[in-house]
Amino acid sequence: MTSLVYLVPLAIGICIVGLLAFFWTVKSGQYEDPQGDAARMLYSEDKPIVDEDDL
Amino acid sequence: MVEIVLDDEFCPSGQTTAQDLARMQSEKARNLSEKGKAAEALTPYVQAKASGEQSIDLMISGAHCAGCMAKIERETAALPDILLARMNLSTMRLNVQWRGEPAKAGAIVARLEDLGYGAKPFNMELEPLAQRDQATSLLKAMAVAGAATALIMTMSVGIWDGSEMSKVTRQTMHWISAAIAIPTVAYSGQPFFRSAWGALKNKMTNMDVPISLAVILAVSLSIYETIHGNPHAYFDAAVMLLFLLLIGRFLDMRLRQKTGESAQRLAAMQASTASLVKDDGSVMSVPASMIKPGDILLVAAGERIPVDGEIIKGSSDIDTSIATGETLPLASTIGDTLYSGMINLSAPLTIKASAVSSDSFLSEISRLVEAGEQKKSKFVRIADKAARLYVPIVHTLAALTFIGWMLYSGDLRTASLNAIAVLIITCPCALGLAVPAVQVVASGRLFKKGVLIKSGDALERLAKIDTIIFDKTGTLTLGSLQLSNAQNISKDALETAALLSRASRHPVARAVAAAAGSGPVADNIKEVPGQGVEAKIDGKLVKFGAASYVGAKDQADAQTESWLRIGRAKPIRFKFKDTPRMDAKDTITGLIKCGYNVELLTGDKKSMARETAELLGIDIWQAEVSPSDKLARLEELKSQGHKTLMIGDGINDAPALAAAYASASPAGAADVSRAAADIILQGNKMSGVITAVNTAKDAQKRVVENLSLAVIYNMIAVPIAVLGFVNPMIAALAMSGSSMLVTLNALRLKFH
Repeated sequence: MTSLVYLVPLAIGICIVGLLAFFWTVKSGQYEDPQGDAARMLYSEDKPIVDEDDL
Repeated sequence: MVEIVLDDEFCPSGQTTAQDLARMQSEKARNLSEKGKAAEALTPYVQAKASGEQSIDLMISGAHCAGCMAKIERETAALPDILLARMNLSTMRLNVQWRGEPAKAGAIVARLEDLGYGAKPFNMELEPLAQRDQATSLLKAMAVAGAATALIMTMSVGIWDGSEMSKVTRQTMHWISAAIAIPTVAYSGQPFFRSAWGALKNKMTNMDVPISLAVILAVSLSIYETIHGNPHAYFDAAVMLLFLLLIGRFLDMRLRQKTGESAQRLAAMQASTASLVKDDGSVMSVPASMIKPGDILLVAAGERIPVDGEIIKGSSDIDTSIATGETLPLASTIGDTLYSGMINLSAPLTIKASAVSSDSFLSEISRLVEAGEQKKSKFVRIADKAARLYVPIVHTLAALTFIGWMLYSGDLRTASLNAIAVLIITCPCALGLAVPAVQVVASGRLFKKGVLIKSGDALERLAKIDTIIFDKTGTLTLGSLQLSNAQNISKDALETAALLSRASRHPVARAVAAAAGSGPVADNIKEVPGQGVEAKIDGKLVKFGAASYVGAKDQADAQTESWLRIGRAKPIRFKFKDTPRMDAKDTITGLIKCGYNVELLTGDKKSMARETAELLGIDIWQAEVSPSDKLARLEELKSQGHKTLMIGDGINDAPALAAAYASASPAGAADVSRAAADIILQGNKMSGVITAVNTAKDAQKRVVENLSLAVIYNMIAVPIAVLGFVNPMIAALAMSGSSMLVTLNALRLKFH
């Protein structure tokens, strides 16, 4: 039963972190446009990681 | 599922149809100054930020897929000085921010129109912010309840097994559960507590009363049991109950939000601009919503009348089909009243915007609409009916259990434990999900087919109809004429008529132009409102119009005829008829086959009505009916025990739409009609009616099944609870099991 001493707080901790993350996604409007966001990543223009001028 | 088309240049659904393009080009050609005017009218919608940036929200039409979105964003952002262009594909709204003049909005809209997309400014004030906040807070409450359920359930499973658990450990686990459950109930339970309190204050009860009672009692009892170190605590049940019910609430809210947004979008797409004549005589474009009574407005030929008003200068033919259902235009002159939505066909007019006076046609209409809506609000939703039966039964049962156990064992604790167990296990989890789950699935399916259901109870009413009444102009027909005796007219005569007709917006002229195809236009055409057109062609005076105008002998069927006279030659007769929508006949046939009585009620002339009715196979029809006649017919059908679905688009249909048992209107309908209708049919299709009634019937079947499932569940669960055999594990299993069952049953709904 000693495992409960750390397992229970761990479970609660994970839950709270998940909940806070969810609240953040709601607040930052990530559910406003599920359709558009799903497709948008496919369209973002590819840019070289290093500026071409620097090469 | 989102369909992703990688090559956006070839997006099939996003491509504008050839018809659209032709329409846009002709509209562009007709009114080159329109664009400048539109830009001016956009300015009031532009919002300036403190940092000097300008921002506007536009409603985009014609965009269907991610390809369109990428194209719109890319092309808009490519314009000079644009800082940000971001489109929301779910709501079809484009937000553009730029640096510089507010007037730049015009260039943005023009660019979008060049790409083939419609763009209209969106009035931020109209957005139902309260509704959105409510949905967000429900979502948060649901998330909290869900997380707490998971946590407490994890511990509860350990407690239920309990073989190696000491009493102290169990009590500690209960305390931890309590520490999670109490704040969760306090936070996530608020929507229910508030609604229950509101009902109790008004000396009424609703479904939220037993829910709140069960949750509060379950938590209080569990705290008591925990303090005394007893084995059973219902924290998991209380929190899970909230979680499951919040899912139902959230789904319901989302449905209403989604339909609200779509209805709003339709309204925004139809919002028009008006040319306001200022005191100094200059003309300025303003959004129609900003016109005040008494303002003087200029309405060019071919423009829609932006607001209700009275003609103070000029005379013209007016397309009144939106108000009266008549296909043929009406000659109007100084002193005549015009209603917003009518189209000025032949000559420029100056009108004075009028307030809705108490004796006008429109105020009569709105009074009738209001009366109809009031009657409709008495409709009791099936869930409420169930709740009315349910609440007293459950509370009586709990009370009887308490009394029974007091008499049997004389132990206060056992008696209250069992009574509370009854309340928990009968708590309407399944009932709370049974109806919204089905309605969300049904309206989601309909939404994909272009049918917009405004409310859940509309779906319930739609399932019960047995008679369908159609309006003609604009509903079954497109409201435009077609040349019907082309085979009797020589090519030369048709071409001559077309020379006169191509420049006019009169429906007869449009029909001739369409029949003759594109070609040249005669010079110096004179248009006589209400009569016809004339011009000199090759030295001869050519007249095209009413029989009396060209000097032909008037015939019985004069309403649908025009005459062409070249010089002194014998007049040539042109016959016209109203064109039905492409799928009108199939829809009517389908509905009759399904066993519905189909009727036609129109404000149009008898000859036109007869032709349409015969063509479409409708046996029962009435022509020249006024709005109150339509109401009378509805009342008559009602007194015969029929439940009617009214489908119409005009202002004259609005009272009937409001008064009918259920109602539908096409997306292009007048504002009042769209507001009064339960269902909006998008796209140029009528077949949505069949889809809607079939889906509604199926949905109703599922709802009844779900409610029966809930009753069966209770019939098994209640005796167990009354006899005192319920423990927290059984309660948890029973509740989640029944909720899952009704949700899965809702998903069985068929595609039509």
